[in-house]
Amino acid sequence: MNRVVITGLGCVTPIGSTVSAFRERLFAGATGISPIVDVADAPEGNPGVRFTQAAQIFDFDATKHLDSGIITSTNRNTQFAIVAARQAAEQAKLKEHHLPGEIAIIMGCACGGRSSEESEVKNLYTRNARAHPLTIVRTMASAGASNVSIDLKITGPTLDISTACASSTHAIGLAFHMVRSGMVTAAIAGGHEAPLSWGFYRAWDSMRVVSPTRCRPFAADRDGMSLGEGAAMLVLETLESAEARNATIFAEIVGFGMSADANHITQPQAEGAALAMRKALADAGVSPDEVGYISAHGTGTQANDATESAAIHQVFGERAARIPVSSTKGLHGHSIGASGALEALATTLALQEGRLPQNGDVAEPDAALKVDLIVKEPRATGPTVALSNSLAFGGLNAVIALRSWG
Amino acid sequence: MDDIAQRTIAIIAKAKNIPTDTITLDTSFEELNIDSLDKINISFEVEEAFEIAIPDEALGSLKTVGDVVRGVEQLVAAKTAKKS
Repeated sequence: MNRVVITGLGCVTPIGSTVSAFRERLFAGATGISPIVDVADAPEGNPGVRFTQAAQIFDFDATKHLDSGIITSTNRNTQFAIVAARQAAEQAKLKEHHLPGEIAIIMGCACGGRSSEESEVKNLYTRNARAHPLTIVRTMASAGASNVSIDLKITGPTLDISTACASSTHAIGLAFHMVRSGMVTAAIAGGHEAPLSWGFYRAWDSMRVVSPTRCRPFAADRDGMSLGEGAAMLVLETLESAEARNATIFAEIVGFGMSADANHITQPQAEGAALAMRKALADAGVSPDEVGYISAHGTGTQANDATESAAIHQVFGERAARIPVSSTKGLHGHSIGASGALEALATTLALQEGRLPQNGDVAEPDAALKVDLIVKEPRATGPTVALSNSLAFGGLNAVIALRSWG
Repeated sequence: MDDIAQRTIAIIAKAKNIPTDTITLDTSFEELNIDSLDKINISFEVEEAFEIAIPDEALGSLKTVGDVVRGVEQLVAAKTAKKS
């Protein structure tokens, strides 16, 4: 089996639309969650929602990156995907070292072209208007994967995974297994979402899980999640190919585990998350004692953070309270199918720098959760193994294990 | 050039992101690199602008900008005749 390393990174996020900008704000703990602006077709003042903030991207101008034909035929999420994938592919010099048919593109996107869909549906139901002929290609969830393949002329296995908030962690894990097994020599794996439409805000408001203030994972006074958008991409390739060309290696992916709670469509269950973490460790051949950081799913809801903490205790026993934990969602928000990729990017940078990112904006950690929460500032770490957890609505869990390189 | 021609050329120019003065009635779809997706996109915009419906069978026979303009003129004339 091949060892699999990360040699390229790319992103478009609320805390930076380049990896260097993301890195800077990640370790500075500078949040990208801000007052909601410019919601298409929303009544003045966004009435009817109890929250006022979201993690939006303000510095993305598609015309600077894409020609008008691509902009016309794509929704914002796909535009993020193309730009982030280009960054990662360029950094890894992917096309110079791998055959187009030997590269996989595995994307996580659950919401598809939600804003384009809403706009057409609004016109349909208010004036029986015909739908724009590009509605289908703008809104299909696989559009990001297809457009990345077209843009980079990559012809290997290309697909989209939709498992709600775990989509891109499933995507990275599957891509890792494909490179490890030799099915392909490299992959672009990650996720992309741009779901911040009026209907999306209203639907989440009705679930009563969005913070009226700002997401504070694992805080004593946490009151919900903050919705977000963005994309992050990793280039994975075999260690053999990376070493043969002296590529920069950011981290190694060593394991992937997944599970289903098989319990409830919204209520998470600790046993399911624990099973996914155990499977990732077993897949990596790593003992729980070697884990030195957990990038938590940490949405900031009462239910998620309590369940995830319980799962960590089930897996790590009495050592659980001493493993550094943080959730970076307080910084970049919860971008649904893309969030696992943003967190995998953050974890990769953490392992590369030997600095674990802080859990944004928490004055007082919830002592009842008994986790070693990283607060106020990043924490130094030596070489270690990290887990990055994604625990989706519907009880679909995905965990990747990464190891520091060098 | 009449109003219908000018408006049609403006729609095509916008769809392909090119200046209107690069398009004449004799310009072919091939020269403008208009593919099947562009064709349905442009047809949609033309239908919206002139409040007409272009029949499916007419789409296949369109080869030049002049073909589109003549077709639109006929459909607009038919619509006007029906109203009066």
